[in-house]
Amino acid sequence: MATIPANTRLASERAAAGRLRSVIKAVREAPQAAIVILGGLMLVAIFADLIAPHDPTLPVQGANVFDPPFWMEGGRATTLLGTDFQGRDILSRLIHGARVSLIVGLMGTLVAGSIGTAMGILAGYVGGWVDQIIMRVTDAWLALPAIVFAIFLAAMVGPSMWNIIVILGAVYWTRYARVIRGEVLTLREREFVKLAEIAGASKLRVIKRHILPNVMNTATVLASLTVGVVIIAEASLSFLGVGVPPPQPAWGLMLSEARSTLMAGQWWLTVFPGLCILLIVLATQLFGDWLRVRLDPQLRNL
Amino acid sequence: MAQPVLEVRGLKKHFPVRHGLLGRGKTWVKAVDGVDFAIHPGETLGLIGESGCGKTTTSKLILLQETPTAGSIAFEGRDIAGLEGTELMAYRRAVQVVFQDPFSSLSPRMRVEDIIAEPLEIHTDLSRAAIGKRVGEVLELVGLQPDVAPLFPHEFSGGQRQRIAIARALATNTRLIVLDEPVSALDVSVRAQIINQLEHLQRTLGVSYLFIGHDLATVAHISHRIAVMYLGKIVESADSDTLCARPMHPYTKALFAAALPSHPDDQQQERTIAGEVPSALRLPSGCRFHPRCPSAMPVCSEVEPTLQPRDGGGVVACHLYD
Amino acid sequence: MNMGGPDMAPHSPRRSARPGEVGAHLDPVLTVSDLQTHFFSFGGTRVVKAVDRVSFTLHEGETLGLVGESGSGKTTTCLSIVGLLPRAARIVGGSVVFEGEDLTRKSQRELRRIRGRRIAVILQDPMASLNPLFTIFRQVAEPAFFHQHLRGRSLRERVQHLLRAVRIPSPEWRMREYPHQMSGGMRQRIVGAIALAGGPSLVIADEPTTNLDVTIQAQYLDLLKDIQRETGVALIFVTHNLGIVAKMCDKVAVMYAGKLIERAPVRELFDDPKHPYTRALLGAVPKLGSKEPLYSIPGQPPNLANLPAGCSFHPRCPEAVPRCVSEEPGDFHLGDGSVARCWLVEGKNEAGAHRGPTRS
Repeated sequence: MATIPANTRLASERAAAGRLRSVIKAVREAPQAAIVILGGLMLVAIFADLIAPHDPTLPVQGANVFDPPFWMEGGRATTLLGTDFQGRDILSRLIHGARVSLIVGLMGTLVAGSIGTAMGILAGYVGGWVDQIIMRVTDAWLALPAIVFAIFLAAMVGPSMWNIIVILGAVYWTRYARVIRGEVLTLREREFVKLAEIAGASKLRVIKRHILPNVMNTATVLASLTVGVVIIAEASLSFLGVGVPPPQPAWGLMLSEARSTLMAGQWWLTVFPGLCILLIVLATQLFGDWLRVRLDPQLRNL
Repeated sequence: MAQPVLEVRGLKKHFPVRHGLLGRGKTWVKAVDGVDFAIHPGETLGLIGESGCGKTTTSKLILLQETPTAGSIAFEGRDIAGLEGTELMAYRRAVQVVFQDPFSSLSPRMRVEDIIAEPLEIHTDLSRAAIGKRVGEVLELVGLQPDVAPLFPHEFSGGQRQRIAIARALATNTRLIVLDEPVSALDVSVRAQIINQLEHLQRTLGVSYLFIGHDLATVAHISHRIAVMYLGKIVESADSDTLCARPMHPYTKALFAAALPSHPDDQQQERTIAGEVPSALRLPSGCRFHPRCPSAMPVCSEVEPTLQPRDGGGVVACHLYD
Repeated sequence: MNMGGPDMAPHSPRRSARPGEVGAHLDPVLTVSDLQTHFFSFGGTRVVKAVDRVSFTLHEGETLGLVGESGSGKTTTCLSIVGLLPRAARIVGGSVVFEGEDLTRKSQRELRRIRGRRIAVILQDPMASLNPLFTIFRQVAEPAFFHQHLRGRSLRERVQHLLRAVRIPSPEWRMREYPHQMSGGMRQRIVGAIALAGGPSLVIADEPTTNLDVTIQAQYLDLLKDIQRETGVALIFVTHNLGIVAKMCDKVAVMYAGKLIERAPVRELFDDPKHPYTRALLGAVPKLGSKEPLYSIPGQPPNLANLPAGCSFHPRCPEAVPRCVSEEPGDFHLGDGSVARCWLVEGKNEAGAHRGPTRS
């Protein structure tokens, strides 16, 4: 019988060479800006205690309230971006605020993604009345405006970082569920899934081995796009005062506290936090877009 | 003669179809409408027919992806209807399938060794090492090197993937493999490899095949016996050699007439039959083939013919031979 | 080189049977000479020679079978002829002379006027060629509308005539229907009607019957033959199915790894294949009524980006000699009208001088 010796090794060698080429290509096309911003923010958040020049919760010694940024008349070098209405260093508060945004953003997305993917797989693969129930729940959920719902929940359970994470996860899982369910419905009809069923695999096994690995791409892309939404949601909650409680600084909270100052001329209290929110959401969106383009076409090629 | 591996009697599968303004009307698509056959150990039964003949539905019934409306399927003497628990698992272990499309039958994110190991993990409690060894064995059986096991499906060509699919189908000492157009999506030279491989495996392991195909030459080559299906029924069935030497049913003859020649001078004299397979929702009266049959007689539109023994062995359902 | 036409059995119904024209047209409809199409990727660093010096000729009323497996370059050859190459590909050499004009030198605008009118293409999947949103009438009428400027009643009559020519029953009301209301066989015939609507002199059919049932395929092929007989259109039939070649074609061109490894009149190809790959292909096809083991070519088709040195087929060739490994063979012409790209054929000028493992 004709065995196929060298050819298959050639195939894997060729595949390896091909992979190297595509890795290089991927690095070249990567959204450098987004990666730099996100990477930088993560470092900032991790090393906040070391980087921040002052304690974000205490007024700076030797500075006044409403000091402007250092390049303006009356600004100091010690408080680069100025001080707020309590005399706290804006820059330090921004740095520590990154922590909140990133942690809540990432963890919240993780929670939303996990719940949503699980629900989506159950609805799509098990089908029947399980599917009906889950879909009606998502319908109802989606009918509620997310922020209002979040506020309601936050008011009920009381603010704390973890509560916020869980609340945001609970609010945003539904979009996940819908999309994943759609993927699973298609996957379910694919031949390799049917083969596994014919071979006698239990439902759990099929989900674990065949369905889940193949929805990971979509789940990842969704995650990267959801992070931005969650961050804005957190900022909104903080803005409204039901987010992460003080004294932990959060960008949204900084905006809220400084509402009245915009008209009074102390623009640095609002512009800088606003810019930070803009930056992180932009970066995650860019990254998510790039990820989608990279992962989806491959998915279609299967 | 040893007990048949698979015996199908009076198998029917009717699908309900709603129609009419508010879905009030209900008719039936008789996808499989009274099919009998048997497959013996180490034998290949070829099932041939065109769209709508019911061969795919028959394979789904055998693989328990659908339940029959009527009739029975017996595996090694035992009726498989209503099997549960360990008996069902024993059936699944012994009866496997290979599909047409090599690009979607293998889970893209699983390594080959895991794909082949899956039936073993489901049905046996062999150790990881024993499973690994068995995976290597079946890979060699289908003509691949055992060291390709850690690779992913996309690193293989179509023909190699079909070999992997066959390896996986054989992993658990399978008795019967349903091959649903296994070579139709492959290149000509690769088809020959796979067909030879399948024949070799049958000789070595004694596994039986239900080979479903649409290319007469391929089916005739690999099958010991052939059953020709049309609109849910078997119209003729005989040994492969006998059928090729002397097809009797007009539809079988039409299939032969439509088959492509193997040499330019081999042109068929008869023109192929006209028309297309009618919709399964509106089955012709009497013999289902009569509207297209060049030899139709008045009785053909009234009475449905039954399978009768034919010259040289086998059966044929046609009033011409009553 | 004379590739068929009046030398072939003139009484065979497949030949250019224009009554009264015994000499037939000696000017070929299509002459492809040394065509080279390359794919460029990774910024030009990787070149794949998808079509590597392909030449053939086609006369009025003739059918050429372009045979090959996946990756052989047969589809790229056809795309090169009609100028529908993807952006990564370019014709880098050779010429495609159609009715006296070199298509490789034409602009896309000029090619657009030729496509659909003088050269038509039929693809494998009819739903890829048919628009699900438009009626049959609209789609079949389009070429006649644009190229021949027919309108109103004459347009309707033309459409009905075409539908009748492809044997669609009751064309008057069929033409008001939509593609999804028809079966696969009918759709493919409608695609054929659209192809013929512009009155082409060349039709390129790329595996049009792959998705059709066997009896429908036979009907369709008979239809094509009849149409060719009536209109004298030249036909290129791209396929990997040698049975179709035996049934339909006057001459055959076999491709492997982008190269045309053998070219011959159909009978000569089947009776006395010159190239080992052709012999292997013929041996690999099951023949009705024979249970002889099929000849299986070891290995797989090569990766075009990574072709072996010398003859591209040598790693899989059972008759390879040392020269095959180092030098790529050129075209060798043989007495019976065949051309083969193989060292083993060099110096043999008699048909039948070389015997292989697969004789009928």
